[in-house]
This record gives sequence, structure tokens and C-alpha cells, in this order.
Amino acid sequence: MYHPGVIGVLFDGLAYGSLLFLVSLGLSVQMGLMNFVNLAHGAFAMAGGYVCALAATRLGVPFLAALPLAFLAASLAGALLERLLYRRLYGASALDQVLFSIGLTLMSIAAATRLFGASQQPVRLPELLRGQLHFAGADFGIYRMFLIAVVAALTAALALLVGRTRFGAQLRAAVDDARVARGMGIDVDRVFTLAFALGSGLAGLGGALGIEVLGLDPTFPLKYMVYFLLVVVVGGAGTLAGPLVAAAILGVCDVAAKYYLPQLGAFAIYAVMVALLIAFPAGILGRRA
Amino acid sequence: MSRAPALPSGRWHAAEAIPWLLAIACFFLFPGYRVLASHVFIAALFALSLDLVLGYAGILTLGHAAFFGLGAYTAGLLAAHGWGEPFSGLALAAAVAALGGLAVSFLVVRGTDLARLMVTLGVGLLLYEAANRAAWLTGGVDGLSGVAMGKLFGVFPFDLFGNAAYAYTLAVLFALFVFTRRVAASPFGLSLRAIRENRARMPALGAPVERRLVAAFTLGAAIAGVAGALLAQTTQFVGLDTLAFHRSADVLVMLVLGGAGRLYGALVGTAVFMVAQDRLAGIDPVYWQFWLGLLLVAIVFVARGGILGAADALRRRLRR
Repeated sequence: MYHPGVIGVLFDGLAYGSLLFLVSLGLSVQMGLMNFVNLAHGAFAMAGGYVCALAATRLGVPFLAALPLAFLAASLAGALLERLLYRRLYGASALDQVLFSIGLTLMSIAAATRLFGASQQPVRLPELLRGQLHFAGADFGIYRMFLIAVVAALTAALALLVGRTRFGAQLRAAVDDARVARGMGIDVDRVFTLAFALGSGLAGLGGALGIEVLGLDPTFPLKYMVYFLLVVVVGGAGTLAGPLVAAAILGVCDVAAKYYLPQLGAFAIYAVMVALLIAFPAGILGRRA
Repeated sequence: MSRAPALPSGRWHAAEAIPWLLAIACFFLFPGYRVLASHVFIAALFALSLDLVLGYAGILTLGHAAFFGLGAYTAGLLAAHGWGEPFSGLALAAAVAALGGLAVSFLVVRGTDLARLMVTLGVGLLLYEAANRAAWLTGGVDGLSGVAMGKLFGVFPFDLFGNAAYAYTLAVLFALFVFTRRVAASPFGLSLRAIRENRARMPALGAPVERRLVAAFTLGAAIAGVAGALLAQTTQFVGLDTLAFHRSADVLVMLVLGGAGRLYGALVGTAVFMVAQDRLAGIDPVYWQFWLGLLLVAIVFVARGGILGAADALRRRLRR
């Protein structure tokens, strides 16, 4: 069997983890800060993936140009659903939120199956992003390097957005105490809609970038739901670094388990999951008790 | 959560005979559907066990199928290895599922809703993968076959038409329903409801919150195990889907469709869900999934409290 070596496993794991991080970021804000248990987050990632795949195969849009489309479509869907449905359940019981978001997930799966069929969607990467670089005794896929670079750049941009801009200050104020923020004249509803749209858009971008790595078929939202949830729960609420660390750990563990313990399959990652949940009930870098 | 009614007296109302008489009548009215009906009874028992955990104790779980599957595999393995007597199989399955529930409950009782959801989801997936990988024991994806059941009371064999299965599952459902109803009306059941409504205040009343929740979760797991064992025994087969996530999700839907925290909701919701599934999924499984999703969204936005909750609201309005 092809074996990438320790460095290769670490590298693949980090690329995988950066994808998980990108998709889970919006979920981290929704669950950790807006207190919404959104099991349908993967559906937005899937929507972005389908927009990218179909734009490429049916309209002939090049892959790199289809990525912003995926972001836009998913964030639009997010904004729309937030205004129409999600908003009414802020502050509802976790059970209601779970039921609602499972319902949404099932509908998205059924709709995707009906519209695009149950098979995997193919993706054509541009020449530039294919192939491998070889150095330090290991192979590094160019596409995976591209993934890590994109996610690193986006993370830096987001840190600036949340930490340094007016919108970031409004968002932090709104999630800290919505009532006081309203009293200070901040349009909390708008801020929440924008945050939700941004998170959904990032998920959509992650779904599009991930076609090559995670695959894309209608069961995507359920198949990866646990991974996204896990990044959020293990990462803890309120920081960018928590989910980043959690996603990296999960990515590396998952890839390492696939290479070194293939006979265990998904069992390994679920065992890691339960162990992490027991060891860090408030998340690795969690602020909450 | 639905409004809790006044203190339950535990006394039976005449109307409570209706679902059981209906269940007996269906045996004669729809002889072609006896197998489906036995599956409805099993699912109803499973939903009932979830009602104890979610509806009464307020523990949000997305992995209840773990205990259903534990019970199913226990009963199936016993019968496949020569222990075909049904009732002792049920008891052992309940014991194994209860042990599993007890172990998980310590992880579940302390956390927030989100932590509970993740732990139960994680344990469910873990067991599914374990059963999938341990093919030498469970048969893996092919399922556990060779389950050879003995006769009921040594007299009635499990037949293809589901006659024995019908009577057997209905009788077990009824017995455990009476038991659950008794538990729900007991001081223990009342304390569970109080914990659900206001967890912070209960220690002030001297109630050991965590121990009560552990007991409720363990009991729920045991009953779920019995439901799983019934499925294994009556179909004489155990598939991986007894542990699958969709089973946990489906039972949640059945319960909230009927109305959580009121016992009969589990029966009504299951019957409606299973019959609708039988009709609609036969036409087109993709459509069924879509309507199921829409139904969930609709329950949250328009019909909180499910069918029985809506019926209660209607009755109150008529009385005014």
C-alpha cells in the first residue's frame, strides 16, 4: 500500500483539518455564541459544493472562479433562512432547534437527491493545482498546500474582521449581551443575519474546496455533521484558536487512523471524539465553565 | 415542553382502554398487516423508553438507538448460540442495555444540552462502528443471521404471518406501558419532571438530581433494550441498522409527533409515523424523506406538543 510517511500524514491531516475548520467556523459562532444548535450547517456546505460542481460541469466556469460563487450562494441561502426561520428559534429549547435543523437537513438531502442524483459529483481541478511537490523525503499535494494557504489567509482576514473592524465590535457586543447592544443603538438583528450569512458562506466555500478531499453527494450533511459538531464542541466557544486547534487534532487523527489502523475504520475517530468530550467538557480552549 | 397537568392520580381513565382495544381489533380487521403491526408495537415501546428519558427527565439524546441495538444484538446472539427461550432473552437484553445505559449516564447527567447531545451521538456512532467492525461476532454489514427462536411458552412458534409476534409484542408493550405509567406517576416520576422544569431548585428540596437522572436514563436504556430484543426475536435477524443514527432520529420524530412527556404520545406518534412511512416510502423514499423533514419543521413552528398537544389545545378551546 502507498504510504506517505509521518510527515505526509501530518500534512494531509492538517489540510483535512483546515477544511473542517473552514466549514465549522460559522457553526462555532452559531452554537457557541448565538446558542443555536444547528445540525443543518453541513447542508450549507453541500449547497456551496453543488454550486461549484454544477457551475464547473454545466456552465463551464473555471474552478477558481466557481469558488466565490459557492460562497455567495451559500451565504445568500443562509441569510434568507436566518431571516425566515432560524431567527424565530433564537432562545428556543435545544430540542426545538435540533428537530428544526434535522428537518432542514433531511429536506436538503431529499432535494439534492431529486435534483442532482445520488452519485458523487466530479470536480476538475485546474492544471496549476494538480500534482505533487517532493521534498524532505515526502510528497506534498499541491492542492492540499493551496487549501492550507487559503484557509490560513481567510483565518487572518477573519481575525482582523472580528478584532479590528466596526462590524467585529458590533458582533462581539451583540453576542455578549444582545439587550445592552440594542440599547447602544446596534442593529442586533442585522448583525446576527450578517454573521449567519458569513458563516454559511464560509461553509459553502469549504464544501466547494472540499469536493476533492471530502467528496460530494447528497448524504454530505449527515456524513460530516459529527465532524463539524465535534470541532465546535471540542474547540469551545468564543475564540478562533479553539476550533482551529480542534480541527487540526481531528484532521490529523482521522488521517492517521486511516493510514495506520485501516481495520478500525471510523471507529478510531469516534473513540477519539468520545475521549475528547470526556476530557474537555468545556472545549480545549473554552472560556466557559 | 408541554405544560405539565395537575398531579397525576395514577388512576386509569376509561378512555385509556381505547388504544389497547384498537390494537386487539386490528389483529382481526387487518390480518395482512400483522407483521407491520408488530413493528409498530416495537417502535412504540422504543418511543416510550425515549419518553422517559427525554419527555420526563428532559435529557436530550441523539443516540438512543445504541441501547435498542444492544438489546437486539444480545437477544440475537443468545438465540443464535442456542438460547432460544424468548422471555429470558428479553430479560438478559434488558440487563445488558441497562448496564450500557448506566455507563453512559454518568457522562450524560452533568453536561449541558449540547454536551449531552454530543456524548449520546458519539456513543451511538461508536457502537455502530464497533458492531460494523466486529463482523466475527455480529456479522457486520451482512447482519446477524442464524437466530433460531424457541417457541413462546414452549407452545407457540414464531410464524411468517406474525400471529405469535403480534400477540407477543403487544403483550410486552402493554406490560411495560403499565410499568412506565406507574413510574411516571410515582414520586420518582414527579421528581424527574421537576428536574426538567427547574433543575437548579431541586437540590434545595433535597432531591439528588444526578442520581435521579442516572436512574431515569438507565431505565430508559433497559426498556429500549427490550424493544430491540423484541425486534431481533420476532424477525429472527439483527441488522446494523438497529444501531444506526437514523433510528435514533426516527424515534425522536415519532415521540415529538405524538407529544413528548405524556406516554400516550409515544403510542400515537409511532402509529401515525409508521403507517405514513409504510404508505409514502413505498411510493418514493426520497419524497418520504422530504416530507419527514417538512413535518419536523412544521412541528416546531406550528404544532408544539405534537398531535396530543394539539388535541388538548382544541379541547380546551371547545370547552371555553
